[in-house]
Amino acid sequence: MAVTVYVPSDTTACALGADEVAVEITAQARVRGIDIELVRNGSRGAFWLEPLVEVETHEGRQAFGSVTPDDVAGMFDAGFPGSCRHSTALGPVDEVTWLSRQERLTFERAGVIDPLSLDDYRAQGGYRGLERALTMSGQDIVDEIKQSGLRGRGGAAFPTGIKWQTVLDTPADEKFICCNADEGDSGTFADRLLMEADPFQLIEGMTIAGLAVGAGQGYIYLRSEYPRALRVLESTLATAREEGFLGRDIRGSGQSFDIEVRLGAGAYICGEETSMLESLEGKRGLVRFKPPLPAIEGLFGQPTVVNNVLTLGAVSTILARGAKYYEDFGTGRSRGTLTVQLAGNVRRGGLVELPFGASLREVLEDFGGGTANGRPPRAIMVGGPLGAYLPASLWDTPLDYEAMAEAGGMLGHGGVVVFDDTVDMADQARFAMEFCAVESCGKCTPCRVGSVRGMELIDKIKDNEARQSNLGLLDELCETMIDGSLCAMGGLTPIPVRSAIEHFPEDFGIADER
Amino acid sequence: MAVDREALIRDLVRQFADVPGGLLPLLHAVQEALGYVPPEVIPELADGMGLSRAEVHGVIGFYHDFHVSPGGETTIHLCRAEACQAMGSRALEAHVKARLGIDYGETTADGKYRLEPVYCLGNCSCAPSVRIDDDVHAGVSPDTFDRLVEV
Repeated sequence: MAVTVYVPSDTTACALGADEVAVEITAQARVRGIDIELVRNGSRGAFWLEPLVEVETHEGRQAFGSVTPDDVAGMFDAGFPGSCRHSTALGPVDEVTWLSRQERLTFERAGVIDPLSLDDYRAQGGYRGLERALTMSGQDIVDEIKQSGLRGRGGAAFPTGIKWQTVLDTPADEKFICCNADEGDSGTFADRLLMEADPFQLIEGMTIAGLAVGAGQGYIYLRSEYPRALRVLESTLATAREEGFLGRDIRGSGQSFDIEVRLGAGAYICGEETSMLESLEGKRGLVRFKPPLPAIEGLFGQPTVVNNVLTLGAVSTILARGAKYYEDFGTGRSRGTLTVQLAGNVRRGGLVELPFGASLREVLEDFGGGTANGRPPRAIMVGGPLGAYLPASLWDTPLDYEAMAEAGGMLGHGGVVVFDDTVDMADQARFAMEFCAVESCGKCTPCRVGSVRGMELIDKIKDNEARQSNLGLLDELCETMIDGSLCAMGGLTPIPVRSAIEHFPEDFGIADER
Repeated sequence: MAVDREALIRDLVRQFADVPGGLLPLLHAVQEALGYVPPEVIPELADGMGLSRAEVHGVIGFYHDFHVSPGGETTIHLCRAEACQAMGSRALEAHVKARLGIDYGETTADGKYRLEPVYCLGNCSCAPSVRIDDDVHAGVSPDTFDRLVEV
């Protein structure tokens, strides 16, 4: 009987050579006459261990970490895929503490199943949420989501159930579900991982959302930087359609819903929900005024649910297991689980799913294991390019929405980027302004022009050109950007800039004056 | 060749004319087929989609992905965002520009490579990241870049 061998197929695993490892394993098995079945699973998100090869055994799956093509022959010599002593062997994957210490809800199946296999998905609890939703009224589904306490995982943390209620209550001939898969924040990859490792969960969540509010059409707005996710989504959407989980008369229920993937075109701003809607309409991604809220006048002027990938993924879990189960995880008003993405200069980077409430330091120590190059960490950016740079004195802040806001930052989409002690925070502040200048949609002057002036000011401050007065001017400029920008791009760019100045004044030449 | 292109554009326009918000998918399809969006085809795209030429120009200009001039055989996207900065992408950026002898948005003289900045490839645990056509590479140092890209 063939032994099942898993080699991940996600972007990071492949960037680290998983495709070449898969080819070599197949070749070695053939040469040695060993019968294996090679499955390309998604990744579990333990990226520091990729390519993470697994073998199915009676004692569970055995893991082999950071496998290179050159390792493969030696692994077979040592007994692979059978019992095997090799430097890459990690033992049972379930005992890898980096994984076993997590609380996987949304990413329970990631890396476990073949992402393209509907059978795998269903065998691991998939589509139970939809089956339940098909027996419920729209209002009952919305109530379940409200009760779970789920808040938008894209960054704004708006209560999902309330958004859905608005769409449900707004009469219209046509309504839409738009999944925001324009994951542009540096340091984040959770959306990508979910789409590449467990795509049916997103498809299921969107379908449930459609049933809840009475929408017939869904769109996944996917960033063009994710070509692998595109291939996975196109394949799995076709499968879902063939098997009656999408399209007309879903599973004989008489209800219809379908999903189309639309590709972005390299514009960070299109992750802002109204810009995304403009882009989906085929236009320039200019941010819209709110109101009207997209829930009332969204895509093509119709009531529209706009949710992030992880939000819609969580919907499947909530419907499958009940609101109470989900709500029991977390702290305060942050319910359920948070997916931290450990990135940048970190030794053990990857996706860490935990109940809300762990501190940044716990995550860094328990999972991150220090910097990749062994130098002391100095600054941590939380929440992407519009989030704050936090110094060590703030690393005990709990990772929940309210606590991060109190610390002057935001949790955003959960990206955590570690910098070592060689970082120049004035350069980082300048980059925040530069990024805003490159990616501003151009609608609001404080964002479009202010960001350019901000770069110039930081250059002058670095050059000690009228430093005090330019610092004052930069602060005023930040205030103007906050007050005068429609969306988070101009409105939040001052957060990384100001946090860099406040917490790392010495990098701006102002330590002595304090 | 010109006739082929005309037929191609006509087919694509027909395919997307009735798709709601079809201009972006149309532009992606044109660029996929031709490598760029030739300015000469814009009037036909505009006519087919019921838009003005200015509107089509405006959309092309808004998005970093769309180009109105031919690029290189291979596109190199270098990640400039924070997670890659934390792992030395600023030094890599300087190396790549010097090695290829071009800046962002330019194509090497032999027509082989176009260099573009990108702000995150979602490979942030294993930075710095470089995308060469559709393949993402992790932990790219100046040395590994030189092995990946022959100049």
